[in-house]
Amino acid sequence: MTTNNTDKDFVVFDHVQKSYDGENLVVKDLNLNISKGEFLTLLGPSGSGKTTCLMMLAGFETATNGDIRLDGSPINNIPPHKRGIGMVFQNYALFPHMTVGENLSFPLEVRKMGKSEREEKVKHALDMVQMGEFSGRRPSQLSGGQQQRIALARALVFNPQLVLMDEPLGALDKQLREHMQYEIKHLHENLGITVVYVTHDQSEALTMSDRVAVFEDGRIQQLSSPDDLYERPENSFVAQFIGENNKLVGQVASIKGKVASVKLDNGAKVDCLAVNCGKVGSRTTLSIRPERVSLGGTKSKNTTDAVVKELIYLGDHIRCRMEVHGNEEFIVKVPNSAGHKHLVKGEKTSVTWAKEDCRALDA
Amino acid sequence: MSNTNTVLASDGTSLKKSLAKSLRRQKIRALLLIAPLLFFVLLTFIAPIGDMLFRSVENNIVSDTLPRTVKVLSKWDSMSGQAPDEEVFEAFARDLKIAVKSKLHTKLGSRLNYEKTGISSLVRQTGRKVKKLDLDATPSFKDAFEKMNKKWMDPSVWQTIQQFSSKYTDGYFLAAADLTRTSEGIQKVDEDKKIYFKLFVRTLYMSLGITFMCILLGYPIAFLLATLPMRSSNVLMILVLLPFWTSLLVRTSAWKVLLQNQGVINDFLVWLGVIADGNRLELINNVTGTVIAMTHILLPFMILPLFSVMKTIPPTYMRAAKSMGANDFMAFRRVYFPQSIPGIGAGSILVFILAIGYYITPEIVGGTKGVFISNRIAYHISSSLNWGLGAALGAILLVVVLALYWLYDKFVGIDNVKLG
Amino acid sequence: MKIKTIMLGGAAFAMSATAALAEDMTIVSWGGAYTASQQAAYHDPYSAMTGVNIINDASSGEAVAKLRAMSEAGNVTWDVVDVVAADALRLCDEGLAMEIDADTQLADAPDGTKASVDFGDLMVNECFIPQIVYSTTFGYRKDLVGSTAPTSVCSVFDTAAYPGKRSLEKRPINNMEWALMCDGVAKSDVYDVLATDEGQARAFAKLDTIKGDVIWWSAGADTPQLLADGEVIMGSTYNGRLFALIEEQGQNVGMLWDGQVFDLDGWIIPAGLSDERKARALDYVYFATDTQRLADQAKYISYGPARKSSAPLVSKHATLGIDMAPHMPTDPNNAKNTLLYNYSFWADYRDDIDAKFQAWLAK
Repeated sequence: MTTNNTDKDFVVFDHVQKSYDGENLVVKDLNLNISKGEFLTLLGPSGSGKTTCLMMLAGFETATNGDIRLDGSPINNIPPHKRGIGMVFQNYALFPHMTVGENLSFPLEVRKMGKSEREEKVKHALDMVQMGEFSGRRPSQLSGGQQQRIALARALVFNPQLVLMDEPLGALDKQLREHMQYEIKHLHENLGITVVYVTHDQSEALTMSDRVAVFEDGRIQQLSSPDDLYERPENSFVAQFIGENNKLVGQVASIKGKVASVKLDNGAKVDCLAVNCGKVGSRTTLSIRPERVSLGGTKSKNTTDAVVKELIYLGDHIRCRMEVHGNEEFIVKVPNSAGHKHLVKGEKTSVTWAKEDCRALDA
Repeated sequence: MSNTNTVLASDGTSLKKSLAKSLRRQKIRALLLIAPLLFFVLLTFIAPIGDMLFRSVENNIVSDTLPRTVKVLSKWDSMSGQAPDEEVFEAFARDLKIAVKSKLHTKLGSRLNYEKTGISSLVRQTGRKVKKLDLDATPSFKDAFEKMNKKWMDPSVWQTIQQFSSKYTDGYFLAAADLTRTSEGIQKVDEDKKIYFKLFVRTLYMSLGITFMCILLGYPIAFLLATLPMRSSNVLMILVLLPFWTSLLVRTSAWKVLLQNQGVINDFLVWLGVIADGNRLELINNVTGTVIAMTHILLPFMILPLFSVMKTIPPTYMRAAKSMGANDFMAFRRVYFPQSIPGIGAGSILVFILAIGYYITPEIVGGTKGVFISNRIAYHISSSLNWGLGAALGAILLVVVLALYWLYDKFVGIDNVKLG
Repeated sequence: MKIKTIMLGGAAFAMSATAALAEDMTIVSWGGAYTASQQAAYHDPYSAMTGVNIINDASSGEAVAKLRAMSEAGNVTWDVVDVVAADALRLCDEGLAMEIDADTQLADAPDGTKASVDFGDLMVNECFIPQIVYSTTFGYRKDLVGSTAPTSVCSVFDTAAYPGKRSLEKRPINNMEWALMCDGVAKSDVYDVLATDEGQARAFAKLDTIKGDVIWWSAGADTPQLLADGEVIMGSTYNGRLFALIEEQGQNVGMLWDGQVFDLDGWIIPAGLSDERKARALDYVYFATDTQRLADQAKYISYGPARKSSAPLVSKHATLGIDMAPHMPTDPNNAKNTLLYNYSFWADYRDDIDAKFQAWLAK
């Protein structure tokens, strides 16, 4: 019986650092706790250190400094094959010289499982991914999506507590990828396993995860649930990286409680939520989501003039690029609802937003 | 019904015809592109092999030089135990006289000497005397020949001529298989002349041994080459290729210096005290020498295909196997090794076929027990001038290689061979 | 002045180049020290005298096969070929060498003796123009044979008195004769005995007694190297090679003249040359085989001139300055017990005995 504590700290990165050349740190002081049954995604651009973290957890890379613990015990010195962690690779890594059945049976064989038990488990795992009839095929005879399912089944067939996935959907086309995202999510929910998932695709991360760790420059920039991540980014990198974002740059004029007054570079003043903007006088970047901006409407302190520069019709909404406070790349999403305001290119209008939707972040 | 079968193109001709027409230009162009190569291969490869196969059965010399003799000799009963009668000797005298004039008789003698020792000098001596023979003033040709050399009365000489009078012969192939045609039919040659079968077998098993050694030594190197980072693997690759840039003779002679009794290796072992000075290892002029030197020379031919196949095996396979609980050895044996087998196949075929045809190295370091069938072929081509026998041995070697290739294809599958 | 010299030099060079193109002659020989001796004694004076440019080709080892191939292809590129007498016999038999009339086509001796008499019975067939007499004999390591140096060729078969490896040529010729002589066959009976199956078996039986102690050589340079390395205590090779080893390199090797087998080396002219080339080849051979020229060659290498009239003219070694006469195989002190290669016997028995020899080796 594991205690509540280890349930919460099923996987722990404790001040983990990684360097390949002894000069530069690829992972800088990583601290991360993953609880049992959680679906955690490591999200970030390439070179941000997310895959290195996954490889350290799998055991294919060693941490230069710090501890990694699994289920309470340190695993730094345990070779990968003794860690009991399931893994799905970017290009599936299905063994081409074995049939699907043999591929699935491999982890069971190395565990010296009896033949009948093996067959039963393989069948169960294949059924789980709806690939029951493909046991005798070779991987090369399967489509990409089918190979993906087999790779998933193979990582799950020996009932690991923890499954690592390294951009497993990267090679699939968009439609299949979205479909597989739901399947993986359902498998996770049904089996109650812990998943650590690496991707550079933010929509994938938002769709599937319980929590997302955004990586940049070897550090976790923000670790939170998908909605928090999108709606409440804590720094300008996260705001920019996740979803679409409008940026306004200025200087903090005053802070009153949670509200900051920011003087933009064109002289205008804007009220916004003081999140991560430092003291009065420091530079700050304001982040406003395009869908939180409305056209015209009731005037408030944050209402300002805008010039329509470009209109793109997208069916459910219209994407409108405008000049706002001197920023020509200011995007506003106008919902295609009945009776919405009809805009023309070059038209002068006004935009407004609530101060809660405008977050003052680091410069 | 037939109308529905022919689909017409827009101009009314049948679609098949216009397709063929449109493809013809492409075909001609493709043919022109490969024409130089085709010509080159025909001239330098197919033609010599055809010539070799032809030489192994060709036997024009007897019937061309002795047309009259061959005709009348066919009536002679070779089992009679008697020399042929006057008619044959007269025909022989006329033939020989013409042959001597065009200097063909000694060539004939050399040819027949392969079958029966002594005919060479018999014909040469007789040739000199036949010059002085007056064809119109000879009462008995048989007596005249008896006077020139008593051996002409020996029926076995005439048996040999009769036996090899046809334009084609299986004699060379029989000789290459340690067989001979006697008056009692085809028989094995005497025990003290049996050599070729033994050499064929030795060539095959030594080539297999060399191939095996190449796998054993080449596999780890190829693995290193494929897995080391670029910089160090480049250096290693140069080391692997280095032997290619050194003359074969230099390399083989270097092995002599290393392996001989007073050589570097033995000296070192004696110095270490591993072996006594009077008990030095026999590393050269035997099978060991040939295997060592040939393995060294052929090793790159194993390493390169292995390397190019291993290069295509992504490291994630090994990682995947380990993540599933396989230890290093297990992951290697079950996942990596099976995928490198096509490289082993390609390397083995290359090394084996090259080994089978080698003769320079075995000649230098092989002594008596480490020489190959190719050494005999080289001897017959350049030294004994018995090109027919050399060709027959070569043809058999070719057939053996093709047969092995066929067996390989049957049991392993040639599509399992990959060069990268 | 300077330019003028260059121009004159250039013109002279161009003239000599065209002259050389017109008068090229390819002479085939054994290469190494032997070709060097011919270059000094024959080629250089001949070129100086006639302006013919001589191209050396070291193909004598496979001259018979190559000439046959050239003749079959209808393109003989060689003008004069240096071969051993046995090969000359085969080339003559095959119709690949032209017949020579010694008395009209070769030079008389200075005293007017006809060439056929001067060469005597060394003219072993119609195509062969003798040049040198060489012998195959034994050298031994003075420091490795014990206190009593070997004086008889039968020491080779005496492994009790002379333990250690010996090197013999990897062919039956010479070895069979020595075996029979040392097995008690009188020298005059050797070939009669060797012509029988029993005699051959007897020779092999004798060779059997030392088979385990023999290193077989196939290139003339092998034995000198094996002696120098101490790999063998004694070994057969050509007397000129041993001379070089002992006198030029100063190795601790002794010469065993007993039982030496005389052999001849000389010229043949390929059959089927154009009249122009044939005339030039004959002119060269006439020059190169006169009494003085043959004696000259002995200044550079220790092989005996084939003409009787040359013997008194043999002088000192060109660089070492030692008297060459005592180093000639034909010197009376050296030629006490000799054998002459039996060309007609080996022409007949070579293939037969060689097959047996190879089978015996492989046993």
